[in-house]
Formats: sequence, structure tokens, C-alpha cells
Amino acid sequence: MAKEQHAYEEFMKGLWRENPVFVQVLGLCPLLAVTNSAINGLAMGLASFFVLLGSSILVSLLKSYIPKQVRISCFIIIIATFVTVVDYSLAAAMPVIHKELGAFIPLIVCNCLILGRMEAFASRNTLRMSIADAFGMGAGFLFALVALGGVREILGVGELFGISLFGPNFEPWVIMILPPGGFITLGVMLLYFNWVEEKKNKLDKQLAAEAGVN
Amino acid sequence: MTQKDPKLLIQPGPQLRQQMTTPVVMRDVWYALTPATLAGVWFFGLGALLVLLTCIAGAVLTEWYFAPEEKRGYFLGDGTAILTGWLLGLTLPPALPLWMAFIGGVVAVGIGKTMWGGMGANIFNPALVGRAFLLATFPIAMTTWTAPGDFFTIPSSVFALPLMQGVVDTVTQASPLGLMKFEHIDTPFFDLLFGNTSGSLGETSGLLLILGGGYLWWRRDLDWRIPIGILGTAMIFSLILFIVDADKYPGPIFTTFSGGMLLGALFMATDPVTSPLTKKGTWIFAIGIGILVVLIRVFGGFPEGMMYAILLMNAATPLIDLYTQPRVFGRELDSK
Repeated sequence: MAKEQHAYEEFMKGLWRENPVFVQVLGLCPLLAVTNSAINGLAMGLASFFVLLGSSILVSLLKSYIPKQVRISCFIIIIATFVTVVDYSLAAAMPVIHKELGAFIPLIVCNCLILGRMEAFASRNTLRMSIADAFGMGAGFLFALVALGGVREILGVGELFGISLFGPNFEPWVIMILPPGGFITLGVMLLYFNWVEEKKNKLDKQLAAEAGVN
Repeated sequence: MTQKDPKLLIQPGPQLRQQMTTPVVMRDVWYALTPATLAGVWFFGLGALLVLLTCIAGAVLTEWYFAPEEKRGYFLGDGTAILTGWLLGLTLPPALPLWMAFIGGVVAVGIGKTMWGGMGANIFNPALVGRAFLLATFPIAMTTWTAPGDFFTIPSSVFALPLMQGVVDTVTQASPLGLMKFEHIDTPFFDLLFGNTSGSLGETSGLLLILGGGYLWWRRDLDWRIPIGILGTAMIFSLILFIVDADKYPGPIFTTFSGGMLLGALFMATDPVTSPLTKKGTWIFAIGIGILVVLIRVFGGFPEGMMYAILLMNAATPLIDLYTQPRVFGRELDSK
């Protein structure tokens, strides 16, 4: 039971407390490049999720056979295998989205988030924990991508997942679907997350102080 | 305290107080902007006044929201937020929907100033950051110029619902810069001088802007090197182009009096926070703006280049300051 709790902790850590984007600020290149619409964000998030999960499992299983000196190249080969799988599956199943994401699907190979999890987590923990971690981090990344893509799509073209929200008279915020819009939106989101974090810390401190007094 | 002729003053220092504080300078700039603003409102009607007030409201509310609670009075009291909103309003088209003007004010203070650490810490001129954001976000609304018209007629586009397009129902007319760039039509000098042309709210009346700038110079709130440097460089550069091909390029007088040239040179580029500190640096800054404006206007894709010219030189300001440091007394020239 205690172990169950632990795995859940690992999952929530990736989703919220150590969110790869909003807290660790990792993997920004695909994040900023493809999130001009929610659907692109979703596709990119799912692709990264799959790669992260697959390579986490494999790295965790193979960790005792990988020599320490060449571990990074081994991780890269494992990641690249899964990226190739995603690349071809997307091209076959959803050619339009594959075309929109373009070079950023192959570039998942060098996403520092995925390599970072291999190095920092999967190569040092059990299979079970690695899966929980990959689920958490993948879901956190997916959440960030969809949130960013959603905001940019709503303001940039007045739609969400391609559904018009405001009618034909909507004035598009052109900047939001351009690269600067990505930076501005991400900045505002980081600001918000840090603000929430700060408020929570303050509250915790206050509660601790009150508990101390009592 | 009521002593008439203090022979001996017994009180803790400072005994001499500097008269030129931030609130005083800011109020001077308000007075200097008033004539050109009134002229803008007179030419473009009440709608323009609403746009201006909305900009100021956006800027002030943002400043209020982000200021520490116990210091709100101090933050708002120095008048910089009002001035930022005001300057931004002067650079906007008079028929801009109010919600866009409000966003401009929020971005100008929020992203242009507060984010960098507040007054004095920003690299870019906040009002121009707001304008650049609006121009990149709403390119059509930001380049729809209305002709000066009846004072009481408010274009319905001003009251467009938030997030919705504004429908301009008054007479639209290309600005003198647009006419010059795309159709090679010259605007009469006296219209440019008094402001009876289409354009941004506060940039059309050259004469009143010069009057305001003169007041600031007389009050010593303004470094004369910046406007003189910008206008001089732009005039010389455009004169050379004019001599090369008079049919193709606008003359120096038109260059000086059209668009945001005077407003930018006198009120935006002279912002003490975002311009260099040294005299030599100030000249480099001003000449850089002058050259960039003419380059963007004549060879670039936009009819107006003042905003980008100032923002670009704002970005170069820390570097200019670094390289124009005067020699520290007693040290070799090449030592830092």
C-alpha cells in the first residue's frame, strides 16, 4: 500500500508540482514552435508522451546492461527508435497534422525533457516507478502544450480545436499565432504558476507558524 | 518654522532640496502635451478623447494592480502611468475600438514597464511597447486612419464589443505618409503644420508639438541633443535622397512634419530612462534614430518607421552607454 502511494506521488509530481514546462521550463523548443493551435499541441503532446513512456520502460529495464560511459548515446538510440515509430505512424494516420508539425516530430529525439527523465529517473529507478514518472511528466507536458495551444488558438483565430467560438466578427490577435505570441503566453502562464506557488508557500508558512504557536 | 529670515537654520539634512523630482517632470510633460492633444481631439472629435482616456485608464489600472499594496499612492502619484497611457493614446488611430486601446494601456505598463522592475528599470519606451504590441496584434485596426471630421460624431468602431471587429463608418483616408509611400501624393505643408490631416491622434499638429517640446526644453526637462540630432539627421538624409531623385523620395520638410516624427523625437526618444546618459552617447542614439526612420520609411515595408527606430535604438542604449563612458579621472584611456 505504501508503494502504491509512492507511485501516485511520482505521477502527481510530473503533472503539477514539478511540471516539466511550468516549473522546470524544459522542452521549450517544440512547446513554442508547434502550439499555435490546440490540436497541434495535443498531437505533439501525445507523441512526446508515447516516446517518453516507451523509452522510460526500455531504459528502466535495460539499466543494468547499459555501460555508464556510453549511457547517453544508448538513451538517444532508444528514444530515436520510438520517435521513428511515432513519425511513421503519424504520417500514415494523420498526414495533415504530421505536415504541420514538420521537423518537430523528429526533433523529439533531442527534447531535453525526455533525455533528462532517462538520465535522472528511468536509469535509476524500478520499472514501476519509471512508468509512473513517465506518465506524470508526459501528462504534464501534454497539459502544458494543450493549454498554451488553446490560449493561442482562442485569441489568435477565435477557435478552439477548430470550432469557432465568437462568430464571424471576431477580431483575431495576429500576434498570438506568431512566435512572439508563444513567448508572451508562456511568460504569462509562468507568472501565474509562480504566483500560485508563492501564495501556497505563504499559506503553508502561516499555517506552520500558527501550528507552532498553538 | 514661521521664521521670516533664517540666519541660522537648525534642522536635519538635507537642507537643499532638488526642485526637479519625477512628479514635477511628469507634470511638465503633461502641460507640454496638452496643446497637441487638444488639437487632436478638436480635429478627430470626441471619439479620439475616449480612446485617449481608455488608454490612460488601462495604464493606470495596471500600475495600480501590480503596485505593492502599501505603496500604491506613491506608485501612482508620480504620474508616469498616466503619461505612458497618454503618450500611447497619442500614437493610436482616432477610431480604434476602445477595448483595443485598453489592452494597449495594459500591455504598455504591464509588459513595457512593470515586468522590468518598474519605473527607471525598463529598456524600451513603455508607450511604444504598447503600440508595437497593438500594431502586431491588430494590424488592420491600427492602420485604419479616419479623416478629421465633425467634433460630435463618434465613429461606431470605437464602441465595438470586446474581441469584436470595429466597423469604421466615418470617412477613412490614408495618412500623409501612406499617400506619399504608395501613391506619391504630397500633403500641403500647412495641413501638416496645423494638423488638419489624417493620422494618429496626437501626431498631426507639428506646430503644437514643437511648442510643447520648446516648453520642455525651457524647463530643462528635455535633452535638446536628442530631438535636434534626430530631426537634423533625418532632414539631411532625406535631403540627400531628395536631391538624388526628387520624384521618388519625399523632401526634408515633409519628412520632418509628417507622421510621428515630431512626437517621437520630442516626447518618446527623450525619455530619460531609455536614452543614453552620456553626451556622446546621446548623439549616437539620436543620429541612429534619424537614419533608421528614413531607412524604414523610404526603403522598408511600413509607411511609418518612428516607433521601430526608437525601439531599436532603445535596445542599443545599454551598449552605447557602455562604450561612451568618459575616462575616469586619473586613469589610462584604455582601462575600464
